[in-house]
Amino acid sequence: MHEMSIASAVLDTAARHAAGRRVTVVRVRAGQLRQVVPDSLAFYIELLGRGGPCEGARLEMEVVPARLRCAPCARDWAIDVPAFRCPQCGGAEVSVLAGEELEVESIEVEQESTACTA
Amino acid sequence: MHRVKVRVVEDALDANNTIAKANREDFDRHGVTVVNLMSAPGAGKTTLLERVLGPGMPGLRTGVLEGDVQGSLDADRLAHLHVNVTQLNTGGGFGGECHLDANMVRSALPAVGLEDLDLLIIENVGNLVCPAEFRVGEDVRMMVSSVAEGADKPLKYPLMFRACELVVLNKIDLLPYVDFDLEKFRYWVDQVHPGVAVMETSARTGEGVDELRAWLATLPERAGAAV
Repeated sequence: MHEMSIASAVLDTAARHAAGRRVTVVRVRAGQLRQVVPDSLAFYIELLGRGGPCEGARLEMEVVPARLRCAPCARDWAIDVPAFRCPQCGGAEVSVLAGEELEVESIEVEQESTACTA
Repeated sequence: MHRVKVRVVEDALDANNTIAKANREDFDRHGVTVVNLMSAPGAGKTTLLERVLGPGMPGLRTGVLEGDVQGSLDADRLAHLHVNVTQLNTGGGFGGECHLDANMVRSALPAVGLEDLDLLIIENVGNLVCPAEFRVGEDVRMMVSSVAEGADKPLKYPLMFRACELVVLNKIDLLPYVDFDLEKFRYWVDQVHPGVAVMETSARTGEGVDELRAWLATLPERAGAAV
């Protein structure tokens, strides 16, 4: 359900970088731990984007798998369930290497072709 | 007309985080410690606040910023306590949002009156999902989970459980009547957020409320020490 709030933030970010140009593609990198449902985000991007520079823009979302690292054990691993203790030593000195991202990576915009394209 | 790729690489919530930072600077300048209180609807946030703040917080001028989609039912309940209560409706010009964001809180600050406070508790809109994403400039975040919700909630809402410095398990007076596995809950909270503080309370009977009061009362010292 947070997809609506996220879509709104993504659209604002995209519109700012579009600087008045029409946006055709919005590329988002979302970490697995952010629990963003791609179809739901696409739905809200379409809905909330109406009437603005991102109207009709396509969402391309990359899900970044979660990877954790235990410093004392000097090992890292992927997770499916949200368990953040080291499975080897049971310790809590675990850092998240990847999977918490929520960023607008890039956008594609339409731009007037100028005469001197050479 | 041709298409151009524009590199952005910006956190989608940057705009919110920037305003949250401005709020935090205002809080710090006024020496106000701020708690963002979150839970699912009906977990007992307001009842806990009534219990906790009812006897007054000695030496701490305390205020509550009540976030609700609509109405002032919660603020009305707290009005008889010796605290400053400000209502913030997300339906009032914010599109009925399911959470408070930094900008909404910022807009309410003039009404809150930071110069008269030491401790501000922001009661977020009841929701276990969206509030976890939006910082509002708080020093600490606490959430309330209740035994009526089930022991699997940390697994289902890890973002929220990981975002908090304190997890309060409320309605423990109902334990004899519900199938709530306390050991499993504690295990999963610790797996999702290793080492996070957990307290058990009953806002109805008052059990565990003193511990929570003590946690809140010493917060300004601890937050000050951390700065």
